[in-house]
Amino acid sequence: MNLHEYQGKELLKSYGVAIQDGTVAHTVEEAIAAYNELAAKTGNKFAVIKAQIHAGGRGKGGGVKLVKNLDDVKTHAGNILGMMLKTPQTPGGMEGPGKLVRKILIAEDAYVPDFDACKEFYISVLTDRESKTNVIIYSTEGGMDIEAVAENTPHLVHKEYVHPTLGLQGFQARKIAFNLGLSGDAFKQMVKFVTALYQAFVGSDATLFEINPCVVTGENRVIAVDAKVALDDNALYRHADLEAMRDEDEEDPTDVEARQYDLNFVNLDGNVGCMVNGAGLAMATMDVIKLSGGEPANFLDVGGTADARRVEQAFRIILKDEKVKAILINIFGGIVRCDRVAQGVIDAYKNIGDIKVPIIVRLQGTNADIAKQMIDESGLAVHSAILLQEAADLVSKVLAEVK
Amino acid sequence: MSVLVNKHSKVIVQGFTGKEGTFHATQMIEYGTNVIGGVTPGKGGTLHLERPVFHTVADAVAAGADTSVIFVPPPFAADAIMEAAEAGIKVIICITEGIPVQDMVKAKAYLQNTEARLIGPNCPGVITPGEAKCGIMPGFIHRKGSIGIVSRSGTLTYEAVDQVTKAGMGQSTCIGIGGDPIVGTTTKEAVELLMNDPETEGIIMIGEIGGGMEAEAAYWIKENGTKPVVGFIAGQTAPKGRKMGHAGAIIGGAADTAEAKMKIMAECGIHVVQSPATIGATMAQVLKGVAV
Repeated sequence: MNLHEYQGKELLKSYGVAIQDGTVAHTVEEAIAAYNELAAKTGNKFAVIKAQIHAGGRGKGGGVKLVKNLDDVKTHAGNILGMMLKTPQTPGGMEGPGKLVRKILIAEDAYVPDFDACKEFYISVLTDRESKTNVIIYSTEGGMDIEAVAENTPHLVHKEYVHPTLGLQGFQARKIAFNLGLSGDAFKQMVKFVTALYQAFVGSDATLFEINPCVVTGENRVIAVDAKVALDDNALYRHADLEAMRDEDEEDPTDVEARQYDLNFVNLDGNVGCMVNGAGLAMATMDVIKLSGGEPANFLDVGGTADARRVEQAFRIILKDEKVKAILINIFGGIVRCDRVAQGVIDAYKNIGDIKVPIIVRLQGTNADIAKQMIDESGLAVHSAILLQEAADLVSKVLAEVK
Repeated sequence: MSVLVNKHSKVIVQGFTGKEGTFHATQMIEYGTNVIGGVTPGKGGTLHLERPVFHTVADAVAAGADTSVIFVPPPFAADAIMEAAEAGIKVIICITEGIPVQDMVKAKAYLQNTEARLIGPNCPGVITPGEAKCGIMPGFIHRKGSIGIVSRSGTLTYEAVDQVTKAGMGQSTCIGIGGDPIVGTTTKEAVELLMNDPETEGIIMIGEIGGGMEAEAAYWIKENGTKPVVGFIAGQTAPKGRKMGHAGAIIGGAADTAEAKMKIMAECGIHVVQSPATIGATMAQVLKGVAV
């Protein structure tokens, strides 16, 4: 689960990580109030308005603006709220439709008063799959695309692996601050910053913290100016407060509906829908669709119990997509018997009634022969297969017919 | 021979009396697995499925257990893994899906000081056909034979098993290593076990998007491989940045893609198939010495 920047910062702050001060606003009026409050607190008129959507690169699409008076606030808050913000990370990129901005963050301008004295760093925390422990990745090259920095100047990207049970040690936090070239008060603040950051990472069961940039100001404050936070879905059961931060507006509506039915679904752009039991087989089925001349319209794992109710829900979700020209159902019946799944498909089909797209059902495993016979004799416009290759050939055949 | 589990394995089930544990323990016993009992804290001293229930894994080890299959719910699963390791279980197979990553970071570190080998979590388990079924896979699709299978997935493994069986071959041992970002036994480690098994003549290695395990295994095979390996990577059409069902199946960087992994595998001498429908047939051809 991903958090908005403002939510990520609230989380960091609760663990004692210093952040760029700011308030979220849903309307221009709220933005004005937030700006006035902020200006009173900071004692200067500069602030930043940042669109709150789940995508990076917001500045590139006009979603981040510097303001220095109330007129600026009214103008930019008015423009950004309600805009369809396109960034390199929104669906379809800068050529796509963009994402609707519903919230903005009114934040202090961290670079005031001495812009030139500020330093920007990159700091992230994640779990390293290879070493099976958490790692802090950091660089003096803040505010830039870290993948490009790693590609062009790998010596400027450092990694500090953290002991899986003992956690981040003092000498490690000091090493990070030294390697970032800091001294004096800034050094001390950075040690404090990374120590608290690591505690926040473990404490919130995060899978990614990316602070880019982390800014050291001319007054030696060390603050998170941006915060990308992703949390471990499997650990949300012990973080009800964080689960409550879920923003379903940011998710694909079909994905949200699928989650309500407990279906594992990812909406994609293709023309062949699929319904599969098991994540690995689902990905492999998408590959089969591609190799057969189609493009997968979705990933969908119906799980171990492919009964009539779940099959029907899955059908309904796939059929919402008008681009879908055919559906491939691929079930490997192990513990679950194929004849039961076949009955589920037939019942679901009849319940929905008017399904216009051709359906290919491949059932393999226990009682596959009986299942195929049931499908063939059901009178429904459904193609049946037992071998995966047969299903692949049927996809090609069906696509040739609908084109 | 075979690897990890065989007819001599003395198997216990952790989470024995729960719904999942009961169902799958029954299936394992029906298959002929030597299930000597199970563990449910608080129910020790009772009988379940005509076998003793123990309070602790240590009690089960005292009764002879050397292998454990875990069906404990996610919040308690890492604890169950550590308990098994501490008690002296040699092979721990964790079926549970949905364990928090940070729990596994700690459990994995804990295991380093023990003799235990962990398979999984979030896996179908391990089966040596005709001897022991330690997991949730359907037994009947397997046939005793000489093909070892390593996979991160459940049903996709069954698909490969079924193709191998239908192509007239059988399996030595099938190892489901699991779909999580942190697993106890990596692809390379599982391949290494099978490479050293005299009964295994060919290996099928099934990976998916995310992580560097398949590349690591491929480089190891290039240096140390003595048997033909057929490989497939699921997720050639998966988009970047989206989790495809398995917690570990996500494309972050370029090295995570199916394309990148398949390229490395092919360069390392693995017979890479583009379609999952041809895994079994390709293995049959490779063993016959037919160029593919």
